Amino acid sequence: MAVNYIPRRFNIVRDKERCIECGCCVRQCSNECHYFEAGGTTVLADSTNCVACHRCVDLCPTSALRIEKHVCDYRENANWTPQYQQEICRQAASGGTLLSGMGNPKPYPIYWDKILLNASQVTNPSIDPLREPMEIRTILGRKPEKLTVERKGKAITKMPPQVVVETPILFSAMSFGSISLNAQKSLAMAAQNLGTLFNTGEGGLHPDLEPYTDRAIVQVASGRFGVHKDYLNSARIVEIKIGQGAKPGIGGHLPGEKVNVEVSNARMIPEGSDAISPAPHHDIYSIEDLRQLIWSIKQATGNQKPVSVKIAAVHNVAAIVSGCARAGADIIAIDGFRGGTGAAPTRIRDNVGIPIELALAAADSRLREEGIRSQISLIAAGSFRCSADIVKAIALGADACYCASAPLIAMGCHMCQTCNTGKCNWGIATQRPELTKRLNPDIMHERVENLITAWNHEIKEIMGGMGINSVDSLRGNRLMLRGIGLSDRELAILGIKHAGE
Amino acid sequence: MLKEGQVRIPAGCAIAAIIDRKGGLINGSEIIKSIALMHDRSNGLGGGFAAYGIYPEHKDAYAFHIFYDNAEAQKKCEEFLFKHFNVDEAERIPTKKIPAIKNGPDIWRYFARVNRVRMRNARLDEGEYVVQCVTRVNDAYEGAYIFSSGKNMGCFKAVGYPEDVGAFYMLDKYDAYLWTAHGRFPTNTPGWWGGAHPFNVLDWSIVHNGEISSYDANRRYIEQFGYKCTMQTDTEVITYLFDHLMRHHGLPANVAADVLTAPEWDEIDRMSPEKREYFTALRSIYSGALVNGPFSVILGSGKGLLAINDRLKLRSLTAATKGDRAYFASEESAIRIVCPNPDKVWSVSGADPVFVPLEIHQKEES
Amino acid sequence: MKRVYAKEELCLNCRLCEVYCKTAHSASKDVLKANKYETPAPVSRVTVYGDKLRSAAVNCRHCENPKCVQACITGAMTKDPATGIVAVDEHKCIGCMTCLAVCPYGCITTGRFAIKCDLCRGETEPACVKNCPNRALVYTDLGGAQE
Repeated sequence: MAVNYIPRRFNIVRDKERCIECGCCVRQCSNECHYFEAGGTTVLADSTNCVACHRCVDLCPTSALRIEKHVCDYRENANWTPQYQQEICRQAASGGTLLSGMGNPKPYPIYWDKILLNASQVTNPSIDPLREPMEIRTILGRKPEKLTVERKGKAITKMPPQVVVETPILFSAMSFGSISLNAQKSLAMAAQNLGTLFNTGEGGLHPDLEPYTDRAIVQVASGRFGVHKDYLNSARIVEIKIGQGAKPGIGGHLPGEKVNVEVSNARMIPEGSDAISPAPHHDIYSIEDLRQLIWSIKQATGNQKPVSVKIAAVHNVAAIVSGCARAGADIIAIDGFRGGTGAAPTRIRDNVGIPIELALAAADSRLREEGIRSQISLIAAGSFRCSADIVKAIALGADACYCASAPLIAMGCHMCQTCNTGKCNWGIATQRPELTKRLNPDIMHERVENLITAWNHEIKEIMGGMGINSVDSLRGNRLMLRGIGLSDRELAILGIKHAGE
Repeated sequence: MLKEGQVRIPAGCAIAAIIDRKGGLINGSEIIKSIALMHDRSNGLGGGFAAYGIYPEHKDAYAFHIFYDNAEAQKKCEEFLFKHFNVDEAERIPTKKIPAIKNGPDIWRYFARVNRVRMRNARLDEGEYVVQCVTRVNDAYEGAYIFSSGKNMGCFKAVGYPEDVGAFYMLDKYDAYLWTAHGRFPTNTPGWWGGAHPFNVLDWSIVHNGEISSYDANRRYIEQFGYKCTMQTDTEVITYLFDHLMRHHGLPANVAADVLTAPEWDEIDRMSPEKREYFTALRSIYSGALVNGPFSVILGSGKGLLAINDRLKLRSLTAATKGDRAYFASEESAIRIVCPNPDKVWSVSGADPVFVPLEIHQKEES
Repeated sequence: MKRVYAKEELCLNCRLCEVYCKTAHSASKDVLKANKYETPAPVSRVTVYGDKLRSAAVNCRHCENPKCVQACITGAMTKDPATGIVAVDEHKCIGCMTCLAVCPYGCITTGRFAIKCDLCRGETEPACVKNCPNRALVYTDLGGAQE
């Protein structure tokens, strides 16, 4: 046997007094950790391949299973931590780039946790959301500079295409290919029932999603997969994907094994071929090229669809956002470096880009300095873990937030970060039919809807506490925020005061 | 302690206004009587009045009312003023020494017309030129503060109860067709005179009661368009919103009022298609100008008076009419003390702004 | 009548329906005791056939004209005219298993007496349906008669 060099990460702990040997775990684990011993009556486990996805734990009818961290100490070294040593061993064995799934897990500052919210006391009243209307309806799309009226009650200005969403929470782009059709369908159904939008990502549009295209954002990415006139015209919004927070500057690579007949049809590429999205759009080498693509899409859609441009949050984000706005983007989505992905080179995911909090604040301030913030919509993306994160993002200046990881968790994701292996036990990040069938859209759309409904309630509760009854008055209202434990520089970039000031 | 502009100070208030729509003159003693009745709504840390039609002999000149902390500030400010304007007249505003008003600044007024050469070189229209000059003085000239800059109108304000402020400025010597008044209850104040209300830009003046919770959303919206909210007060930001919507975007007063107090979506969804389209466009374009939280506002101008209330009716505001006159006040009693038997009395609703146009001006214009 | 229908496209092959069927037909009604410690061990009335790619839980169809009822030599197997449930009277059954021989669906299990699905009599939803993690079993009246 070859030397492994890397100890396993987890132990599957089975309580023998509780195990009824039903074999559910054996049949559920796609990593084949559980097995029946030779006689076929006793279940055993080999923890080597366990990723801690908890499929076996959650389905075990007698709660006989538990996953624990496998502790195998190295000599203490604050520099050469076990993680770096193990990654080196993996590369020494494979010669390849390290790949990971989901967002940046490193302990960089999470500014949401260093920002506190305000509430009304005495000088103005808080509002009870159960008694008073509390509005979170949001309108996305380009706004004219001003309204021209014939008289009170009659507008003359012709509005550019506007998209109304009943919550500032949208589902971020996840392509068919990177996630299963069932997962996409669950999001599409939830988006329709919630009055919000889902995003097809760059994987084209599967025919099963056609009933939901009224709630769809379709992407045009560097691979141009599945892009044709009907695709653009079927959607509510067309999004040009320039970059992704998890892997700024990097294209995409859907391995051929995931390109089954369905994926191949949706993407309009041969079955079994690798779907490679180039790092840049090869027709966008500069801002003026972006402008041409935006106008081409507007022409192809008869000026009926707002065009969004999605960029990764990188160092010069404010200037780039301003450039996009001036290039004709109606909506700009900024994806922070904690944003998720189906697969990204680990080094890129963990080291490139900046936090969404700072990027959003910088971009919003910049657009206001230029006097054009009110004419475009700004969507923030890159890890919103709860409703309070959303409230803080809106107060920093976002119109809406893209969420993907949270709805995936609602559908069963346990952040095992191995989406890239295609063995997702929860039927999300996989195309294997025996796994995708595990995700029943009839169940999962309800869970996603419950989650967003719960967040909507919480957002309204928080707004009510602030004495605000419309999300319009929360947007960019940075006086509602205070920093805690932040430096003057960080406070200045976020445009907020410190707690106590 | 930080003064107004360096820190945001919430405040409660009393407001009152009287207008004669035919342009008939009303003596200052009436508005003082009305606002004085609401003594308990202020705490002696700010009071003020705006009066329209008080300088008919200078009706084509801007009347700048300025507080000076010291002679040095006056010297520098006058240098600026004389360079940018042709000043017809400069004088101390007459005041009466009364025990309740202390430690005041030196208060001057100037009647001035714009320096047209400078204005044209700056490529600005007249209104913009004046606003920028005023902003410049208030922003950059330490110790000088222009608190009134309209034509044929003036603001009078000080630290004190409003009735004392009225006596201090001897407002019973002034007759105006439109008066607004304000008594302030700040929760914290260094007692700076510039912090008292009304707040004024050109001939817009605002008195306001409430603490708006949308303040920073509104401030960051309006600052996109060259305004600078130096006072950090609700009144200032509301004034700028009206000024921007009406002067820059050319919206009529009642449409500007719709922007600030737009109806709720539930209501809009039930409207006729034309109105729905109007309000949806308005809320979409001007979402940053929606004012949220408790407020009642009276906006005075040479064209008339506009009274608005917040969408949830969290602040009181009563209106009444009698003949050609309309009365507004935070409390009905403050109207009845000067107009015991009005023709009509009602509570201003959040959804329904009240606009009282000055008919004499409309005739002149047409 | 309402019957249990299996959706093959959603069946996970987890076989939890079997675990919960046993529990529902146990003395203790406790999932751990029923499946590990109880004697005699309860028997599942539902069986999952297939592999990880394709599988389905099969149980009694509660036929309109049940062959098992016709074949029963003691009158132990009856179809309740009110509910339509086909069930065995354990006191009358002698365990001859003629029913098993004639059942076209293979839904009868041998034991001291014939063992088969009784739709968890009285329950609003049978245990297999209630506990299916993927809603692959549905309890519904699709109309029409089962053979």
